[in-house]
Amino acid sequence: MKTAPISDSDLHAYVDELLSEPDRAEVEAYLATDAEAAERVRAYAEQNRSLRELFDPVLREAVPNRLLKSVPAQGNDRTSSPRASWTPGWSLQRIAAGIVFVAIGAASGWVARGAFQPPQVETIASRTVPAQSVYEASLARQAAIAHTVYSPDARRPVEVTAEQEDQLVAWLSKRLGTRIQAPKLGSVGYELIGGRLLPGSKGPVAQFMYHDVTGQRLTLYVSNENAGNTDTGFLFAQEGPVNVFYWINGNFGYALSAGIDKGELAHVATVVYDQLGNE
Amino acid sequence: MKSAPPTSNEAQMLACIPSLRRYARALIGERTAADDLVQDTLGRAWARIASWRQGGNMRAWLFGIMHNAHVDQLRKSRLAIEDASDEEFEVPTRATQADGLELRDIEAALYRLPEEQRQVLLLVALEELSYEEVAQALHIPLGTVMSRLSRGREKLRALMNGGAQPQPLRVIK
Repeated sequence: MKTAPISDSDLHAYVDELLSEPDRAEVEAYLATDAEAAERVRAYAEQNRSLRELFDPVLREAVPNRLLKSVPAQGNDRTSSPRASWTPGWSLQRIAAGIVFVAIGAASGWVARGAFQPPQVETIASRTVPAQSVYEASLARQAAIAHTVYSPDARRPVEVTAEQEDQLVAWLSKRLGTRIQAPKLGSVGYELIGGRLLPGSKGPVAQFMYHDVTGQRLTLYVSNENAGNTDTGFLFAQEGPVNVFYWINGNFGYALSAGIDKGELAHVATVVYDQLGNE
Repeated sequence: MKSAPPTSNEAQMLACIPSLRRYARALIGERTAADDLVQDTLGRAWARIASWRQGGNMRAWLFGIMHNAHVDQLRKSRLAIEDASDEEFEVPTRATQADGLELRDIEAALYRLPEEQRQVLLLVALEELSYEEVAQALHIPLGTVMSRLSRGREKLRALMNGGAQPQPLRVIK
């Protein structure tokens, strides 16, 4: 019997890759001398692999809306946590403060409208805020949520990939009930990965995902639930590392989200706007 | 990526949802019940977000809250079963559409582990929590984590090797 100072816990930690390099090497040397332990370790590692293979597909399922709604926007739900001492990331106050008008090239006929009034928190609370402001805030918020949930997914960030772009666009158009298209962003270094359908507040919405050569991901959220809202200029919101430019054009609400510099994102947004806005 | 600006609590919590769903599905086995547990967890977590320590591992914190929620749900359902002992017993359904006999075998074996061993194994193998984080999440000493992990893995190995620990025959009416 081998009496090396290798414990059962060391074998588990070896399997789970929790050992420092010297300890790992020591366990490895021990395993070379103990076939029974080596066989156990092999079996445990295989269990880890199988369990991941079995349950990782859950990660790629669309998150049910009821779960997304369980993480409320602060400001909508103050009563449920009266003692909350934290600063809400997405308070309407912050959205209001974060909204800037980016007037991109008045020369190109693009003037940000002054019609949008940054909402006062008090008026939000008393529900007298114009419906459109709430809609816009929710558009940016939903888009940022969708970006946060899906863009980190390494293996299956989209439902339909760009290889089937025609089918993707046809499918999303059919489900949204209007023709939509995926803008081509090659000129600004982004390539389409694919898209997915997500639940919106009234019906389905589409998410297109792009990446650049460094793997940086960018998502375009397209909703056509905007009847009754007036067009806007570019609006900006920030959620932690995610920047969002969003705007309303006709029946469509668009939101472009990425963890990139605001100026760079604004540049991409103008390209998107030029392609989609001039149909 | 360490230099990324701090993310809001809300965004962090949203980003944890897929992983919470994976663990709940693996623990419970049934989709709706698993999502109910996730929903309960998120509601509880949000109500006590003030107690969240910034800079910690939010996922590990959420698994701890999920454990408490699960314990409460089990307690309630035990009461319910006593209340309605004639009610049809829910037959566990398969958590996944696993193809491949190996995966089916390990799935079947997983649900033959005592739940306390399954919890530890899943938090370690699937969610890659450290043993210390598992101990905190489940409110048990580190030594208990290690012994449950060890027994769970050995039992799973025995089951996969052709059931060296045969289940006693069940009496069927």
